[in-house]
Amino acid sequence: MFYREAGQFKTSYQSDQAVFPIFQDRIFVALWLLAAFVAVPLLANEYMFRAIFIPVIIMSLAAIGLNLLVGYCGQVSLGTGAFMAVGAYAAYNFMIRADLNPLICFLLGGLCATGVGVVFGIPSLRIKGFYLAVATLALQFFTDWSFSRIDWFTNYTPSGSIAVQPVEVWGFVFDSPLRKYLLCLTVLVIFTVIAKNIVRGRIGRSWMATRDMDVAAEIIGIRPVYAKLSAFAVSSFFIGVAGALWAYVHLGSWEPLAFDINVSFSVLFMVIIGGLGSIVGGMLGAAFITLLPLFLNQLPLWLGFNMSTAMVSHLEFMIFGALIIFFLAVEPLGLARLWQLAKEKLRLWPFPH
Amino acid sequence: MGFFVEVLISGLMAGVLYSLVALGFVLIFKASGVFNFAQGAMVLFAALTFVRLLDILKDTFAPIMLSLLITIVAMVLLAMAVERMVLRPLVNQPGISLFMATLGIAYFLDGFGQTLWGSDIYTLDVGIPKDSIFILESVFEGGVLVASEDLIATVIAGLLVVTLAIFFQKTRIGRALRAVADDHQAAQSIGIPLNYIWVIVWTVAGLVALVAGVIWGSKLGVQFSLSLIALKALPVLILGGFESVLGAVIGGLIIGAGEKLSEIYLGPYVGGGIEYWFAYMLALGFLMFRPQGLFGEVHIDRV
Repeated sequence: MFYREAGQFKTSYQSDQAVFPIFQDRIFVALWLLAAFVAVPLLANEYMFRAIFIPVIIMSLAAIGLNLLVGYCGQVSLGTGAFMAVGAYAAYNFMIRADLNPLICFLLGGLCATGVGVVFGIPSLRIKGFYLAVATLALQFFTDWSFSRIDWFTNYTPSGSIAVQPVEVWGFVFDSPLRKYLLCLTVLVIFTVIAKNIVRGRIGRSWMATRDMDVAAEIIGIRPVYAKLSAFAVSSFFIGVAGALWAYVHLGSWEPLAFDINVSFSVLFMVIIGGLGSIVGGMLGAAFITLLPLFLNQLPLWLGFNMSTAMVSHLEFMIFGALIIFFLAVEPLGLARLWQLAKEKLRLWPFPH
Repeated sequence: MGFFVEVLISGLMAGVLYSLVALGFVLIFKASGVFNFAQGAMVLFAALTFVRLLDILKDTFAPIMLSLLITIVAMVLLAMAVERMVLRPLVNQPGISLFMATLGIAYFLDGFGQTLWGSDIYTLDVGIPKDSIFILESVFEGGVLVASEDLIATVIAGLLVVTLAIFFQKTRIGRALRAVADDHQAAQSIGIPLNYIWVIVWTVAGLVALVAGVIWGSKLGVQFSLSLIALKALPVLILGGFESVLGAVIGGLIIGAGEKLSEIYLGPYVGGGIEYWFAYMLALGFLMFRPQGLFGEVHIDRV
């Protein structure tokens, strides 16, 4: 009833190529932004910022980054944790050694991740499919090792873990959860706009062509070297920035284990559960995978069971695994597909024909 | 020279153990095209079930036999459950979704096994002698020191590979498995039931996991870290090729030897601990020259 495109004529190329061609979509996005920037800060409490909103937002950024690589360019990567680690440690080193503005350090951290991503993207020109996925694990284990063994990266702290001060930009300190939330949200919005526009443009189309069939893409004149390496570069930039934010804004103090292989897997879960090749899917998946353990953790308490923590964590593992399989079986195209279906239904509602 | 050979042999034997885990991956990938990340969790689950049953049944007349039998039944049931609840609903899905589903299985099995059997470290003793012996005394001065449990593990692994080879080449079911591996649709059209084949192949992978679990478990103790040896088997797998049983064995030997030799001769220069990533880098280096692994099938893309 409300979601109709009838009467919305596209009279210029500009309106034809708009990101949200439907008027109701624009209102909807505006409402979301309003909710995120105004309603949430007014309503949420400190625990919600710390445990829910900040991790979900940062992980959304990482998931969008990985989705660019896996969902749009079709190169499966299990090295997300490594890229996040590179971003975090690079930002840390720029901060303490060059004493730059933190925001610039985050971007430089992202750029370092880009460099590593391009180098480790080179095998993708030869290796395909699961061989590539396993090969990216090489990066994961290599970074785990170097950040725990090479002391220069951690500035020779004896314990190997790093603790940082709250981020301070031009005298403004991001110390309260609300300020951190707004910082992360702003970064996410900017990066989402960038990602959306990259995948709509020439580069994104060359990625998708490579994903669908790389030989065919090559024949119609897309250079696989550029397509694959640019996907690795952009994706690892996003993930690197997400890693720097995760370390500085969410964790505050961390050790190499904070970016181990489990992080890689959970970000990949977010991308798959959210929906491959969809920007909004990355966000939905991030929210789902971040909130699920929180929910499962609280569940026995709500139901009044009294269990040991070890038992709770085993059951959590079990239910998490079962739910993953269930979701894949019910909707293999991810939450983004459900969202799309809902929109199509809404178009006809309340008259079914 | 004697020291070099000693390191080499201990590496090769460690490699045999890696290939035991990699074998399970290969079997499932060959028959169903599923990259089964849950193999490590299956190893843990099988070993846990076995060791706990051994404890429960220790007063019966043949505890090892009985618990082995029950564990085998458990692995068959697991294979059936996986086929029914994971493979069947996800048939015709892209490989990455199936891979993610096996990650789900891995989480589930890790949780389930430990909920059922507890998460302590259990020592497993099935009568494998643990003392070290000297071999090749006539060739090198002082001989070469090897652990006898490694030797036995190697023999068992060798027997397993030969059995699997015979099973694949000579039996009716083995031929059906190879037909399915070649072409799902063609196999189905000549009357090979796919679902049944999948159950069998997951069962065989489960049995391989059981063997690997018992050997690894008696070496390290049965504990959660057993499920992480899947990560050790992955470089073996890409080095040998996903589709080749022989590749898993040869890959395991190369990785095992390379890992130990590099740790001894290269490790001291870069600060040690390079065992952690060396296998992956070695496999990656190989892949740059042979993208499908040493014995994997060459895929020809047509447009």
